[in-house]
Amino acid sequence: MTTIEIIQIVLFFGLGIALTPPVGRFMAKVYKGEKTILHPIFHPIENVIYRLTGIDPNEEMTWLTYFWAVLLFATVGFAADLAIFMTQQWLPLNPQKLPNCSWHLAFMQAWSFTCNADWQSYAGETTMSYFSQIFAIMVHQFLSGASGLAVLVAVGRALKRASVKTVGNFWVDLTRGLLYFVLPISVLWAIPLAWQGVPQTWKPYPTASLMEPYTTQVQKTDDKGNNVTTNIQLVLQAPKLDAKGQPMMANGAAVMIDVPQVDSKGLPIMTNVPVMVDAKVDTQPIPIGPVASLESIKQLFTNGGGWYNVNSAHPYENPTPLTNFLELLAIIVVPMAQVYMFGLLVGNKKHAWCLFNVMLALFVLSFIVAWYYESRPNPVMAGAMPNMEGKEQRIGVMNSVLWGTSCTAIDNGSVNSMHDSWMPLAGMMPMWNIMIGEMLFGGIGCGMYCMLFHVIITVFIAGLMIGRTPEYLGKKLDAWVATWAVIGVLVPNAACLLPTALAVEVPQGLSSMNNGGPHGLSEVLYCFAEAANNNGSAFAGLNANTPFYNIGAGIVIWIGRFIPIISILAIVGRLASKKTVEASAGTLPTHGLTFGLTLTGVICVVAALTFFPALCLGPIVEHGLMLAGRAF
Amino acid sequence: MSTKIEFKYSELFRQAVIDAFKKLHPRDEIKNLVMFVVWLGSIWTTIILFLPGQLNLFNIQICFWLWFTCLFANFAEAMAEGRGKAHADALKKMRTKTMARAIVDDKEVQIASSDLKVGDYFVCEAGELIPADGEIEEGIATVDESAITGESAPVVRESGGDRSAVTGGTRVLSDRIVVRVTAEAGHSFLDRMIEMIEGARRQKTPNEIALNIVLVSLTALFIVVVFVLPPYAHYNENQAGQKGVVLTSIPVLLSLIVCLIPTTIGGLLSAIGIAGIDRLMRRNVLATSGRAVEAAGDVDVLLLDKTGTITLGNRQATEFIPAPGVKVEELAEAAQLASLADETPEGRSIAVLAKEKYGLRGQEVAERFATFVPFTAQTRMSGVDLYAEPQPQPDVKKNEMAITGRSKAASAPPSLAIEPTGHPIRCIRKGAAEAMAKLVKEKGGQVDQSMMNKVDEISRQGGTPLLVADGGRPLGIIHLKDIVKGGIKERFAQLRKMGISTVMITGDNKLTAAAIAAEAGVDDYIAQAKPEDKLARIRKEQEGGKLIAMIGDGTNDAPALAQADVGVAMNTGTQAAREAGNMVDLDSNPTKLIEVVEIGKQLLMTRGALTTFSIANDVSKYFAILPAMFGLLYAASAGGRGPLDKLNIMYLHSPQSAILAAVIFNALIIVALIPLALKGVKYRPLGAAVILRNNMLIYGIGGIIVPFIFIKLIDMLLVLVHLAP
Repeated sequence: MTTIEIIQIVLFFGLGIALTPPVGRFMAKVYKGEKTILHPIFHPIENVIYRLTGIDPNEEMTWLTYFWAVLLFATVGFAADLAIFMTQQWLPLNPQKLPNCSWHLAFMQAWSFTCNADWQSYAGETTMSYFSQIFAIMVHQFLSGASGLAVLVAVGRALKRASVKTVGNFWVDLTRGLLYFVLPISVLWAIPLAWQGVPQTWKPYPTASLMEPYTTQVQKTDDKGNNVTTNIQLVLQAPKLDAKGQPMMANGAAVMIDVPQVDSKGLPIMTNVPVMVDAKVDTQPIPIGPVASLESIKQLFTNGGGWYNVNSAHPYENPTPLTNFLELLAIIVVPMAQVYMFGLLVGNKKHAWCLFNVMLALFVLSFIVAWYYESRPNPVMAGAMPNMEGKEQRIGVMNSVLWGTSCTAIDNGSVNSMHDSWMPLAGMMPMWNIMIGEMLFGGIGCGMYCMLFHVIITVFIAGLMIGRTPEYLGKKLDAWVATWAVIGVLVPNAACLLPTALAVEVPQGLSSMNNGGPHGLSEVLYCFAEAANNNGSAFAGLNANTPFYNIGAGIVIWIGRFIPIISILAIVGRLASKKTVEASAGTLPTHGLTFGLTLTGVICVVAALTFFPALCLGPIVEHGLMLAGRAF
Repeated sequence: MSTKIEFKYSELFRQAVIDAFKKLHPRDEIKNLVMFVVWLGSIWTTIILFLPGQLNLFNIQICFWLWFTCLFANFAEAMAEGRGKAHADALKKMRTKTMARAIVDDKEVQIASSDLKVGDYFVCEAGELIPADGEIEEGIATVDESAITGESAPVVRESGGDRSAVTGGTRVLSDRIVVRVTAEAGHSFLDRMIEMIEGARRQKTPNEIALNIVLVSLTALFIVVVFVLPPYAHYNENQAGQKGVVLTSIPVLLSLIVCLIPTTIGGLLSAIGIAGIDRLMRRNVLATSGRAVEAAGDVDVLLLDKTGTITLGNRQATEFIPAPGVKVEELAEAAQLASLADETPEGRSIAVLAKEKYGLRGQEVAERFATFVPFTAQTRMSGVDLYAEPQPQPDVKKNEMAITGRSKAASAPPSLAIEPTGHPIRCIRKGAAEAMAKLVKEKGGQVDQSMMNKVDEISRQGGTPLLVADGGRPLGIIHLKDIVKGGIKERFAQLRKMGISTVMITGDNKLTAAAIAAEAGVDDYIAQAKPEDKLARIRKEQEGGKLIAMIGDGTNDAPALAQADVGVAMNTGTQAAREAGNMVDLDSNPTKLIEVVEIGKQLLMTRGALTTFSIANDVSKYFAILPAMFGLLYAASAGGRGPLDKLNIMYLHSPQSAILAAVIFNALIIVALIPLALKGVKYRPLGAAVILRNNMLIYGIGGIIVPFIFIKLIDMLLVLVHLAP
């Protein structure tokens, strides 16, 4: 690691931690309805909104009403998005004359954006019109972030309460969050990005003439515009064996040969591949648009759905080292601050800092592991270079890895390198971060709920171990709370494992894989892991824009969003109705080293027990094979 | 009780083995969902054995050990129940039908004890069994309650007051009592005891339900985790071009499931609960429900009566303060003389103090000619008159005071029908300050003002001053004081460490209460407490979300006992108190509550520790079973080992031996932990964070390491005896 890289890392974590208390304090003030400097500007607007919508800001909701409000809000957004994606061809602001999206793509994307997952199975610049990008995608990057945060606010508020049935008013939390916090900070962050050269325009794409026209292969389409495919026998690479059955070695690596695959009856295994034709290319459209504003909200509120397909690896989304740093910082600043905000809301800053430290430790650990494997040369390739596959030369290994681990730790999902091309065990770390529930700094609300499920499970087991009915923040935990906490953890986990099993069994699932071997499994596993945890970063390498993956991921995203939300609301609804018990010497402290380590242990053990077998058959075996000289 | 009932361990063991098999019935197995999964797995593997080509040594062994996992869990439960069953059987023998001498229309009628109704009256005389639970309406008797309490010394039961309850099945030793029936046959205390012990009404406690939900969810998750493995594996087999190299046969998958799901805690969960109640019973505390035991572990505030719990129950002499010009030895001698016939604990303590401090021996008095003047409520003093010649003596020994104790002493003073002869040479009296001052004045003396100041000072400190005078000459003051029980302060300190605060309840005035509270180290006190005050205090604490435990014996304690989360009634107490509480202490020992709290905590800790241990175990089982399943995948050459074989960090011999070792360890660990489940994890009041750290190290980290060692050993053994290739 070079000095400049170390300085960047220190600045990254240092600024993130330094900004945590002030931003968190500001957020807590906003949500408690206290006066902030923005009050003179936005308070009148807030009142106008309430008057226009007929919302009584003093009316409180029960946990279940609150949940219905969140769900209703997302469902209306889903319907609107679905309509926009499927009719964008006829809608304004479509200078590129992009066609309507397929119904399954629209279904997936509509849930993806309204659920704050922002997983994209398409290339933004060649699929979505300006209208779609702005009104369907960007709007929801604000709204879904704000509604996720609103739920966390309700959670914090409810935990502080005692002997009441209500948890707050969703519409008020949503409005306040949007007005006083989400909009202002996004505008603030967009300014330096635009200044650094990120496009912010409404003009159509300019076209550039290529200096060197070239011929490329494109998929053949028939007159109706459908892709033409053909069936060929599946061929895989396998080590060439000598007469004794031992693999033949050359330069320390096994010699690979193509092996046509046959099934048990000796018939060839067929696979569907696109028919490719040559096409000459001499001009290129330069996709632009109001990118800076999208970039800012995408990074700040754990959205991650970029303007361009390659996301923040694209020079227009991320033109300079400064934008790279600012976008990187934007990933962590709100998630870190909301942990502090949570502490202020529940009135236990020590507990919040303990959670913060657990998150930080796991985060740093995943970064170190990923960086360790990424910074070493690929043993299959000769040479001393670190693994640069799938990376921007200008961004380099350290920044790619830091970004990759940050955006998966935090439920953001934007990328500046292709995780698909990381080393197997390095690529496993983003996957691991997603699988533990993206709770490291808790995303915008949602990861924090996941953290709270684990906290409750920890408190439950640890509480028993000290010989008391488990208590969390002065509330006794009962069967209801235990039930919803395990639902909140286990359902998303099952929603990742089960569809993956289906995908590797059916041809619709298998045909989308770009790579064979265990890497293919990793791609599918990553796909459903991020859907189940609302991440939206892509491992890439998997062609997910198919009915199978769009529908599957759409459903999994819905589960991954709303099951945790209903679970956490059910928990805090119950806890709010209980009496608060003052802590005594016999109460399990929810801070301190012992609790922190126990919590870390629970997080790791639950995730490891769930995913270790699957990871064995994906990245771990791939790593073993890579050491033996085979790559996928 | 239990201390008196002899157990034959071999008999208990034999019965538990039989019950373990009986419990394989689906009706019993479905009650515990985690073990039900194992049970289903056992059946499935058994069916597989009969499929063509499946009958091999490996499958047979897996099948065998899965069944044994079920049996071991059943055995643990049966062992926990066994001791209780033996108890219940012993108690049932006492329930044999007797004839009762019921009183109908003022006449005695012989009816069967089972026909007695609530509100009926019956008579019981020396030598007879009491036919039903009741309240003594008339009379006083000594009762042998050893059948229930195990305590062979007879106890006194009398009408009125707080010792009026009698229990059906106990035997009257002396005198005659008339009893009003308070519980019908089938609902008596004995029946309740039998029910509780048999666990017939044993319902799952709130924490047990919550834990069960977590365990069942984990089980569901592991079933998903294991059953997605065949698709993942088949995909990789296809990719590697190695059909069938991954072991995904049903017995292997079931083994993995059984190893991963929390069978250790699942199998021992009900045993832990039953054993908790049983441990209480062995300390002679009966809990009406497991819920109460669990609540005891959660108690935040302990309400304790001062008398008998914190103090020795009686005031004791601690100091002689002589009047000006009087030698302390003279005062001590006079005080001793005045107290020789005083059988009250206070009186005895004076004699003892004089003897211990000044070497004055009681028998010296016998040489003198004395008449004792007993205490009466009117005179408020007692003492002795010494004569120059012998005096006729009333026979103090035969006085019933000796049996009935203090409460009787005040109301029925021994009669002194015999008039003394001659004139006494000395007239020693001790008594309440005002009464004595008056007496001294009558006899022409004067109590010094400094003495009266001293009297006030002692009162302020919570003590009781007794003035001693010889005729008209005041000799000094005896300082009587509540003696705080030895070691009680340490126990309260211990409770504080557990996070439990103590509140002392006393009828004393504030000054006295404060002084004793400070000396005993309680956190708070309620002085001049009326029964309503206890109830109000409990309600107030409960408002704040706290759990309250209290001990009581009197009828007026009943509302508070019922309101408290843990109400321990003394067995000597009234029927009302015994029914209001959710625990009965057969020994009637108030400090027992501390042990009850410890047992409650142990119960929860044992569950928590075994859950942690169970889950931590899974790590090693992955390292045993996953390489066994996937070891050949992507092997570079046919018959060679693939990259995942590196996960075999224990160097287990073969896939079969590895899987078997994990399954066997999983089954045996249940047996190995039965003693821990029955005894409970040791509780030390060290503060929550320290306890958590210690238990995490033992059961968390230990739970990860231990199975690595034993799975390796079992693997070596299997290979040695050729049970696995």
